Amino acid sequence: MGTLPFFAYAFAFLFLPAGQVLVGAFKGEHGGFTFSNITGLFHQPYIGAFQNSIELSGVTALAGGVFGVLIAYAAIRDGTPRWIRSMLTTFSGVAANFGGIPLAFAFIATLGSIGIVTKFLLNQLHYNIYLHGFSLFTKTGVEIVYLYFQLPLMILVISPAIDGLKREWREAAANLGARPIQFWRYVGVPVLMPSILGAIILLFGNAFAAYATAYSLGYSNLITVTLGAYYQGNVLSNPHFAQAMALGMFAVLALMMAIYIPLLRRAQRWAK
Amino acid sequence: MEDHEAQELEFWQKLREEGMSRTQMLKRSVAAAAGLTVLTTPGLAMARGMAAAPPLKGKGFSMKEMIAEAKKEGHLNTIALPPDWANYGEIMSTFSKKYGIPITNNNPDGSSAEENQAVQSLQGDSRAPDVVDDGPAFAISGTAQGLFAKYFVSEFSTIPRAMKDTRGYWTGDYWGAVSIGYNANLISTPPKTWQDLLKSEYKGKVALNGSPLTSGSAVAGVFAAALGNGGSLGNVQAGIDLFAKMKSSGNFIPVQSTPQTVASGQTPISIDWDYLNLGYAKEFPAANWKVTIPADGVYGAYYAQAINAHAPHPWAARLWEEFLYSDQGQLLWLKGYSHPARFQDLAKRNVIPKALLTALPDASLYAKVKFATSGQQTAAKALIAQQWPSKVGS
Repeated sequence: MGTLPFFAYAFAFLFLPAGQVLVGAFKGEHGGFTFSNITGLFHQPYIGAFQNSIELSGVTALAGGVFGVLIAYAAIRDGTPRWIRSMLTTFSGVAANFGGIPLAFAFIATLGSIGIVTKFLLNQLHYNIYLHGFSLFTKTGVEIVYLYFQLPLMILVISPAIDGLKREWREAAANLGARPIQFWRYVGVPVLMPSILGAIILLFGNAFAAYATAYSLGYSNLITVTLGAYYQGNVLSNPHFAQAMALGMFAVLALMMAIYIPLLRRAQRWAK
Repeated sequence: MEDHEAQELEFWQKLREEGMSRTQMLKRSVAAAAGLTVLTTPGLAMARGMAAAPPLKGKGFSMKEMIAEAKKEGHLNTIALPPDWANYGEIMSTFSKKYGIPITNNNPDGSSAEENQAVQSLQGDSRAPDVVDDGPAFAISGTAQGLFAKYFVSEFSTIPRAMKDTRGYWTGDYWGAVSIGYNANLISTPPKTWQDLLKSEYKGKVALNGSPLTSGSAVAGVFAAALGNGGSLGNVQAGIDLFAKMKSSGNFIPVQSTPQTVASGQTPISIDWDYLNLGYAKEFPAANWKVTIPADGVYGAYYAQAINAHAPHPWAARLWEEFLYSDQGQLLWLKGYSHPARFQDLAKRNVIPKALLTALPDASLYAKVKFATSGQQTAAKALIAQQWPSKVGS
């Protein structure tokens, strides 16, 4: 009985919209059942947008994941002053929620073609990054911007897991003659792995669903931005095709889960 | 379609010839209802003989009565009229002051799609927009969906034939051409043509007013670029290619230019409507903003007024239309640097103040202006949807 509000919430905000997407994806522009929306996804530019979205999310999830763990560990490990950790947590809490148009604007104002950092490099070091292959408005640029929220998110979600690495384990391993590398190989990484995998999946979903940041940077070769264009309907209008794209995004995330669950099981084997 | 269109037109013409009074017209419309194949909603309302049904035509109708009825309603709902767009801010405040009717302008930065959506979803709601200012494609699709009421403004006959629906569902209101605005503090050699924009000195400086995947105004930029790059209205490939070339050379920055980016110098060159660029020149003197109508490709587009078939304030809606198409309303648009629909008529009758004329770029620059048909629009959008994401947007 106590779970009723939860199920009502889940029904209204998860199952109902998802069901609508599922049904709508198979409707034609003028009603009626059709597969053409789904088959349309496998044509350019839509399949390309999917690939690009997956690549962008994968790269930022892995890079954010790996560096996030390292940074979080460096801040939490014994010997690091406590204030560094609290500062990092506070900053991460803010930065992980910094996204969309404000984030894009912040980057344009710093690393854009006339951003302050770009100008500083040009005036002080006579180095124009835009003449040497860098541009904020390319895939690399968008990846850098995404890392700005991916990295802190990783730090936030992985910190409790790192806290769980007890000092006694390390001491016990050392007493038994294990070198640090052996401690990590046989204790540290296996303990952390399930959490790391879970966090990376979260990061992937986080980037995969992001919209406004890329949109404001004029980067349109992403499935969310393409979907938005068809749903908004000012130039391109086909809401049912947009729903098919949303269904495609469900499929991608389901695929990710299909990879994640066996990996997780493998990572947890030692615990049994 | 053509058939009943002609039939209806003939009917209204006959009415005008006979100079019928309003009550006669109401009676006649009942009789006509039987003869017409398609009966429209306002027609129905009239057929029912409702006492307060607003007129179908402004001409010959007493403005006094219209004003009185509109005042009784006491309010007007508009939608998607940005105050800094084509002088809409002053147009709205002048209307309110003149007739004492306050205006609620919802979603000022909304799109045409959102305007029609609001008409549809707010049917029967007192917050529904009374009038819309749609792109022609949306005026046409909205008409087909039965969203709009027929109304012929008093000045209907002085509006160019190409800019109006002869059945009276929508009427073109003002037009503009795609221009190149630039910050003369940052740009030493002014760009004069579309081809100029490829010059290496403009690296990282050229912006468009949005993404053509979501903004009709940005689609217009692609049309204009196509004309300037050897393409045509029927095939905008050349326009996409020009942007792709600018993107790969680094000239094009895909930041959407807005009043803010223009004022801050972040978009030193901005492809946008002439009335917006000219407006920025006045609004931001510090940016030293100048405007060119590129000689190798002049593309124009107009917007269209239409009245919600279920307008919560039908009289105020018609009064608003009468105001917009009056000399006063038309000159207010011109003051916002857009070309009002009745520009030729105003010019012929010499009622345009000199200051307003000289504030616009030379009339000869507009001589070559081209307007796309709705079929050309559809083709262009399809091509842009295919190619823009990979060629320019990545």
